[in-house]
Amino acid sequence: MNWNQIFLMRQELFLTIVILLMLIADILVSDKKALNKIAIALFALQTVFGFFSVYEGSLFGGMYVTDSLTFAFKNILNIGVFLIVLQSASFLDKNLSEIKKVGEFYIILFSSLLGIYFMISAGHFLILYLGLELSILPISALAAYELYNRKSSEAAIKLILSAAISSGVFLFGITILYADAGSLYLKDMNGNLSLTYFSIMGMVFMFSGLAFKISLVPFHFWTADVYEGAPTAVSNYLSVISKAGAVFILVVLLFVSLRSMVDIWKYMIYGITVLTMFVGNFFALRQQNLKRFLAFSSIAQAGFITMALLSVDRLGVSSIIYFLAIYIFSNIGAFGVVEAVALKTGKENIDDYKGLYRTNPMVSLVLMLSLFSLAGIPPVAGFFGKFFLYTAAASKGYYALVFIAVVNVTISLYYYLIVVRAAFLRKSEKPIPYFKSDIYMKTSLFIVTIALLVMGLFSPFYEYIYDISNIVNF
Amino acid sequence: MDILTLFVIVPVITIVALMAVRNKSYFRVVALAGFIVQTLMSFNLIYQYLQERASGNNDIFVFTKDVIWFAPLNIHYAIGVDGISVLMIMLTSVIVLAGIFISWQVDDLPKEFFISLIVLSSGVFGFFISYDLFTMFVFYEIAVIPMYLLIGIWGSGPREYAAMKLTLMLMGASAILLIGILGLYFYSAPDGGQLTFNIFEIAKVNLPVSMQRLFFPFVFVGFGVIGALFPFHTWSPDGHASAPTAVSMLHAGVLMKLGGYGIFRIAMFLMPEGTHFWADFFLVLAIIGVVYGALAAIKQTDLKYINAYSSVSHLGLVLLGLLMINNIAWKGAMIQSLSHGFITAMFFAMIGIIYGRTHTRIVSKMSGLLVIIPVIGVLYVLAGLANLGLPGFSGFVAEMNIFVGAFQHSDTFHRVITILAASSIVVTAVYILRLVGKILMGPPMEEYANLPGITWYEKTGTFILLFFITLIGTMPLWFGKILSDSIIPFIERL
Repeated sequence: MNWNQIFLMRQELFLTIVILLMLIADILVSDKKALNKIAIALFALQTVFGFFSVYEGSLFGGMYVTDSLTFAFKNILNIGVFLIVLQSASFLDKNLSEIKKVGEFYIILFSSLLGIYFMISAGHFLILYLGLELSILPISALAAYELYNRKSSEAAIKLILSAAISSGVFLFGITILYADAGSLYLKDMNGNLSLTYFSIMGMVFMFSGLAFKISLVPFHFWTADVYEGAPTAVSNYLSVISKAGAVFILVVLLFVSLRSMVDIWKYMIYGITVLTMFVGNFFALRQQNLKRFLAFSSIAQAGFITMALLSVDRLGVSSIIYFLAIYIFSNIGAFGVVEAVALKTGKENIDDYKGLYRTNPMVSLVLMLSLFSLAGIPPVAGFFGKFFLYTAAASKGYYALVFIAVVNVTISLYYYLIVVRAAFLRKSEKPIPYFKSDIYMKTSLFIVTIALLVMGLFSPFYEYIYDISNIVNF
Repeated sequence: MDILTLFVIVPVITIVALMAVRNKSYFRVVALAGFIVQTLMSFNLIYQYLQERASGNNDIFVFTKDVIWFAPLNIHYAIGVDGISVLMIMLTSVIVLAGIFISWQVDDLPKEFFISLIVLSSGVFGFFISYDLFTMFVFYEIAVIPMYLLIGIWGSGPREYAAMKLTLMLMGASAILLIGILGLYFYSAPDGGQLTFNIFEIAKVNLPVSMQRLFFPFVFVGFGVIGALFPFHTWSPDGHASAPTAVSMLHAGVLMKLGGYGIFRIAMFLMPEGTHFWADFFLVLAIIGVVYGALAAIKQTDLKYINAYSSVSHLGLVLLGLLMINNIAWKGAMIQSLSHGFITAMFFAMIGIIYGRTHTRIVSKMSGLLVIIPVIGVLYVLAGLANLGLPGFSGFVAEMNIFVGAFQHSDTFHRVITILAASSIVVTAVYILRLVGKILMGPPMEEYANLPGITWYEKTGTFILLFFITLIGTMPLWFGKILSDSIIPFIERL
C-alpha cells in the first residue's frame, strides 16, 4: 500500500482530523460560544473538501471500497450534517448555561458520521459492522445531552438498548450467512449462498438488524420516544443521516450480497413496505407533539423508500438515493422549524402553532415547504423523489403496491395539512410571538428552502445520481 | 422565449413583483397588471394559432417545444397547443382577470391571496399546454394545492372542513391518476425501446386491449373526480360554498375543466379500446350526475350551493358529451366546457356581489332585490338565463350540440340517456326561475333598503364575462371551427 492509495479514504481521514482538531480546540479555547463557530468552520471545510475529484478503488484487500456513488452519498450526508451542525449551534448557544459542554457535542456527532462513512464504504462485513456500531453508539450519548431533562435520559437508554439488540441481531445474521457462504466480502457472498432455510434465516436476521436503524415496522417502537426525548438536533440527525446511511447499506446488501435471494426477500420487503406505510401514517394522524409527529412521518417515509427496493435495478438505486437526498433536506427543514420555535418559546405542540404565519411568516413558509416536500407536492422537490420511487416499483409491475402507496400519500397529506392548517388557517388568541432566530438557524433554513425549491426542478442532479448508481453490474 | 412558456414565466414574474411590493394597496394593481398581460397573451395566442393553421400547418399540436428534462426516464418538458387548449387558455386568463376585479377589496393578507391565485392559474396554464404526461401531472398538482390555502384562509362557513375535503379528494384522485400514467408509461414501448411520457408517441403504440381496459378507469376516475364525476363530486358543493368569490369562479370555471380536458386528451385519446369498453358504464355515472345535480339544486337554500350543484349537473353534460364518442357531441362537450366556465364564473361573481351587500346567501332571507340594486339584479337574471340555456347565450349552443350528437346513437340505451339528460334542462329552468323570482322579485325588504349599487370593479369583472358568454352564443361557428380542426385526430383514433 502506498500513500497515494490511502488518499482514497481522504474523506474519512479529513473527518478524523476535524475530530482531533475539535478535541484540541475544546482544550485550548475557553470561550464556549467560539467552539460553535470553530465546529461550523471545520465542518464547512470538510463539506467543501468532499467535493474534490473522485477516485475509485479499494483498500486493505477490498475491505474498504470507494466509488462515485459512495463518494456522492457522503457528500449528500455532509451537507445534511452541516445543516444539523448549524442547528445544533443554535441549540447549544441557547442552552449554554445548562449544558456547559459544547466541544463534546460535535466530537461525538462527527464520530458517528465517521461510522456512517465506514459503513457506506464497507466492502467487508467487519468494516460494515464496526461502522454500524460507531455510527449509533455515540448518538446514544448525544440523546442524553440535555442532562437536566429526564426525557432526554430516557431517550438515550431506549436508543442504546434497541441499538445494542439490533446490532446483536445483525451480527447473528452475518454469522449465519458467513457459515453458509464462507466469505465475509459483500461482493463474494452473492455467488456462494445456498437457498436453504438456514441462509434465509441469516438474511432475515441481518435485515431485522438494519430495520431497527431505519425504523421499519415492526422494529419501530423506539423511534417516537427517542425522537421526542432527545434534543431536536439529535432527533434530526437520527431521522435523516442515520437512517439514510442504514438505507444505503440495506440497498447494497440486498442488491449485491443477497441478490440471489431476491425471490425470497421481495415478499418480505413487500410486506414490510405495506406495514410501515400504514402504521407510520395511522400513528402520525393522532400526534400532538410535533417531534413525535415527525417521528411517525419519518417511519412512513421509510416505507416509501423500501418500495423502490423491489425494482432491483439501477432505477431503484438512483431513485432511493435521490429521494434520500431530498428527504434529508425536507426533514431537516421541518425539524429545524420545530427547533427554532422550541428554542424561543419551548412549545412543541401542533396547537401552539396556531396563527404562526401571521406572526412569523418566514418560518411558517419553510415549515410549509418542508411538509409539502414530505407529502410529495410539486413544485417542491419531494414530489419528484416520490414519483421516481413509484416509477421504480411500477417498473417491475408492482401496480398494486404503488396503489397502496398513493393511498398512503393521501393519508399522509391529511396530517401534513393539519400542521399547515394550524400555522396558516387558524387564528389564535395567543399566537407564538414574533421571534428572531440566530444566524445559524437562519442560514440552515435558508439553505433548506433553496434546496427544496431547486433540487426537484433541476434535473441534472437526478441524472448525475442515475449515472453513478451502478453499484452492481446490472 | 417561446410564446407558450411565457404563460408559465409571466406568473412567476408577477409573483416576484408581488413579493417586492411593500405598499398594501399596490398588490392588486400588480396582480391585475400581470393578468392583463396574460389575457392579451392568450388573445394573441388564438390569433397566432389561427394564422398557423391558415398557413397550412396540420400537426395535431402547433408551437411545439420539446426539452429533455429527466433524461434517464425520458421525461420531457414538452409543450404545444391545439384548438382546444388555446380556447381553454383564453378561458382561464379571462376568468382570472375577472376574478381579480371581483376580489378587488380583499383586505386579509392580500399579497398571499393573489400569489396563491397566480400559482393556481399558472398550474392550469401549464396543464393545458403540456403534452408530456409527467409535465402535465406536475402542473395538475400545482393547480390543485393552492386551493387548500385559498379556501382555508379566505373562505367562509366551514372553510377548514371544505378545504381539507377538497384537497384530499383531489389529491387522492391525482394519486389514482398517477397509476394510470405509470401504466401508460410502462406500456409505451412494447418492443423494448425507450419508454416515453409523450402523448403522441404513446398514441403511435398499439397498447394491448387488456392493458387499456385495466388502466382506463384509473385515468378516467383520476380526472373525473375534478370534473365532478358522480359519485366523486361531493367535494365540489362544499368547496364552492366555502371558497371566496374569486376562487369559486376560478374553481368552477377553470379547475373543473381540467377533468374533461384530461379525460379527452389522455384517457380517451390514448386508450380507445378502453373507452369503448367502459363508455356505457361511465355514461350511466354521468347521467346520474346530470339529473342528480339538477334535482339537488332545487332543494338547496344557499345561493352558492345551488350554483355548485348546477355545476355538477352541467359538467355531467360535458362527460356525457365526451362519452357519446362522436364529432358533434365532442364539439358540444368542449363548447360546454368553455361556456360553463364563463357562465358559472359570472354566476358566482353575482352571488359574491349580492352576498357582499346582504351578508346572507340564504334564498328565503332575500326578496325584491331588483328594485334596490337594479343593475346587479339584471346581471343576475342574465347569468341565470344563460345558465338555463337560453338561445343567444353560450349554454344553448353547447347543450344543443351535445344532445344532437347524443341522439345520433339509435339504440335504446343512448336514447334513454339522451332524453334524461335533455330533461335536466327543464329542471334547470325550474330552479333558476324560482330563484330569480324569489330573491329579485317580490316585495323589497326593509333591511336591504339602502344597499349600495354596483361598483366599477364589479361591473368590469362581470361585463368581461357577459361579453364572452354572448360572444360564444352569437358566434358559435367561429369557436366550433377552431375546435373541429382539433377534434379530427380524436375521430381518427376512436
